[in-house]
Amino acid sequence: MSAWDQALWVAFILLNFLLLGTSRLSVCVRVLSAQGFLLAALPWLSSSAITGHTVVLSAASALLKGLVFPWFFMRALDAAEVRREVEPYVGFGASLFVGLAALGFCVWLARALPHPSAVSNVALPASLFALMTGLFLIVSRKKAITQALAYLVMENGATALGMALLHWEPLVVELGILLDLFAAVFVMGIAVYHINREFDHIDTDRLNYLKD
Amino acid sequence: METLLAALLGILLSAVFGAISDRLPGRWRRLAPAGLVVSSLLGLLPVLKTLLQGEISAFRLPWGVPGGSFSLLLDPLSAFFLLFVLGLSSLAATYAVEYLEAGRTGFFWFFFGVLTVSMSMVTLARNAVLFLVAWEIMTLASFFLVTFEDEHLPVRRAGWFYLAASHVGTAFLLLLFVLLGRGTPVLDFDLFSFPAAETLEAGVLFALALVGFGVKAGFVPLHIWLPEAHPAAPSPVSALMSGVLIKMGIYGLVRVLGFWSVPSVAWGKILILVGLSSGILGVLFALAQHDLKRLLAYHSVENIGIIALGLGLGVLGKSLNQPLLAVWGMGGGLLHVANHAMFKSVLFLGAGAVARTTGTRDMDRLGGLLRKMPWTGGCFLVGAAAITGIPPLNGFVSEFLIFCGAFHGLKAGGLPALFSYSVVMGLGLIGGLAAACFAKAFGAVFLGEPRNGAEHAAREAGPLMRWPMGILAAVCVLVGLFPGVVVEALSPLLRQVSGLSPADFSPIKETMTGTLEVVSRIAFVFLAGVLGLWGFAAWRARRGAVAKSVTWDCGFAAPSPRMQYSASSFAQPFTDFFRGVLRTRFPPTVLRDLFPTESALHTKTPDVFHEELYRPLFGRLKETLLHGRRLQHGRLQLYVLYIVATLVALLVWSRG
Repeated sequence: MSAWDQALWVAFILLNFLLLGTSRLSVCVRVLSAQGFLLAALPWLSSSAITGHTVVLSAASALLKGLVFPWFFMRALDAAEVRREVEPYVGFGASLFVGLAALGFCVWLARALPHPSAVSNVALPASLFALMTGLFLIVSRKKAITQALAYLVMENGATALGMALLHWEPLVVELGILLDLFAAVFVMGIAVYHINREFDHIDTDRLNYLKD
Repeated sequence: METLLAALLGILLSAVFGAISDRLPGRWRRLAPAGLVVSSLLGLLPVLKTLLQGEISAFRLPWGVPGGSFSLLLDPLSAFFLLFVLGLSSLAATYAVEYLEAGRTGFFWFFFGVLTVSMSMVTLARNAVLFLVAWEIMTLASFFLVTFEDEHLPVRRAGWFYLAASHVGTAFLLLLFVLLGRGTPVLDFDLFSFPAAETLEAGVLFALALVGFGVKAGFVPLHIWLPEAHPAAPSPVSALMSGVLIKMGIYGLVRVLGFWSVPSVAWGKILILVGLSSGILGVLFALAQHDLKRLLAYHSVENIGIIALGLGLGVLGKSLNQPLLAVWGMGGGLLHVANHAMFKSVLFLGAGAVARTTGTRDMDRLGGLLRKMPWTGGCFLVGAAAITGIPPLNGFVSEFLIFCGAFHGLKAGGLPALFSYSVVMGLGLIGGLAAACFAKAFGAVFLGEPRNGAEHAAREAGPLMRWPMGILAAVCVLVGLFPGVVVEALSPLLRQVSGLSPADFSPIKETMTGTLEVVSRIAFVFLAGVLGLWGFAAWRARRGAVAKSVTWDCGFAAPSPRMQYSASSFAQPFTDFFRGVLRTRFPPTVLRDLFPTESALHTKTPDVFHEELYRPLFGRLKETLLHGRRLQHGRLQLYVLYIVATLVALLVWSRG
């Protein structure tokens, strides 16, 4: 467990706070990209051995999460002509406080959960916190595009959790998940574009008259 | 067993062939029903072997479903019900070939075959999961058959009614089997553990079985789907449903009761009470109906009541250790299952033939059809006489057995004697009212003069419709004339359900067959007397001693057929007498002017349980549940919040 490793995990947590506190969607996309690079960097800094497996996954993660997905999101933002998340259900200041509470909960949970002793005391809360942040963003934000972003944040949390527990899933599974994500983001981009063209907005709270 | 499975596979293949046969030329389309009939007849061979010789054969395959195994067993009880599943399916299929005639029938044949196979599986299954799966497939297949003519609104309504009622019943069954199967990883019937009969736990199990199977069987007040679904279904399906499908409820009940070698006395009493209320209310509501098939549907409720009376006596006998009462009661109940399957099918098939050619099922619009349709009318008459329990027909035999059982029960003393006494009284009342009801149905539809001209175009049904009715009517007569032979043949079944050793059973069987021999002899004398009188009347008529004239018309100058005694007016004394129960609605007729011209009177007797019990109950339930729609607001964020909150709460709960 190097100091660099710890620092990266702390950065990961701070990036989540940035997501909670900003209204600018372009910032959110950049944070997502940064998280992708962080996840790609983590295996190189941790104490475990570097194998071909790690190299492939790290490269794929950097490429997709760091570059391709953000690029998709930027295009979707342009197409939908949205810049900011306005009037979320929970304000940005309040979101930060919720984030603090969630972080506290995650630290408690990380101690309460049974896990191998080798896990660093930052990694587990950090990855759980990313999951929580993603879920909270889905619940509290209105724009469809933010929700798609939040979905990716959750996924980052899940990947981080895998790394934190020093337990790599088989290569095929990891690549499969990445492929699923790729498809999901792709579909999201198209869906946002079409929703915007049909309704002139992508506010999910105004789409609820489509129920039944 | 292998032969039977091959036959079931054959039926299934015919069904699948039927589903794709709509595009084939006419002659090929007959292949589906033909395959169905041939396979069913093939399947009857092993069934008869088991039924007559008491030979038991099993079949078992492992099955990946949790708790499930593909275990089948053919014992006399299963064989007895299978006999009617396969026999009536083949007859109803033959009838349906002509009844359906044109149009897209592939859909019909597919579900008909699936229904037959699923009912067979219900009787064979010895694993709870397999049983419930077969039970649900049976319900769904029959739902699609009921809604076959789904272009009519009432048919669709009746279909939903049926589906909802059936699923409520299945919910009870699910609970029953889950409770029975506690502690075994595989829910096979022979691995179940049973609490002692007199405990509360066993009582709960019995109540679940009574309600769950009672919905399918049609015990009052769970019967309300019957008078909706039977008229809506095409007639061969009504015959199959009334003849066999509702008996699956009885089968389930007998099977579950058989789990206890000494059942509780209370169960027998409850069954008798259920039987009395079903029997009496069923026949009363039948009396008040105008629709011929609705009338028959209420009679199914009545006959299920009679069956429950028999089973109740049987359970009393088993629990009080009175083998004589047990065998007579169970035997009467089960034989009535068989008899009802025969005569009710004849009646439904006859009603279908009438409705098909005249276009109406309203008895007040029909009349004088016996001259146009002598074959259908004759078969209907045999069925009607049998259902009212008139000797020398089969309905009499089973009711006679129940009567005998009840007289044995009188000797038990105490409360059981009181219950036996009420069975005797109730059965008498039911028989009398049923006779009145069928005098009305047969008289209004087949006798008298044609009422409104629709009958002029009526034609006798073709051979494919006539023969199934004829065969069933003939069996009704044969069973009535040779009851001893039938009981002798059913002795493996009776021994199984009464749970007696061969040594205990044979003297009882001797008593039974001996008594029935006497019945048989009296029946022959009676039949000879009737035939003699009929011959004498015919001889006198031919000699010209009797003149043909119009019916007595009260001296009216210009009588018209519309002045005939109608079905409603015939039943009015009875419906007036029981108006407290029936609550027939008479919208007031207002006559204006001194010389009123045209006027009309409509009466309607809705089901009192539907109107007074279920409608308010479900209305209230719907109101309550509508509040829950606030949770269903369409806000995606909140839906996710529900999930997050649940997950976090579970995490905290599990770790805290």
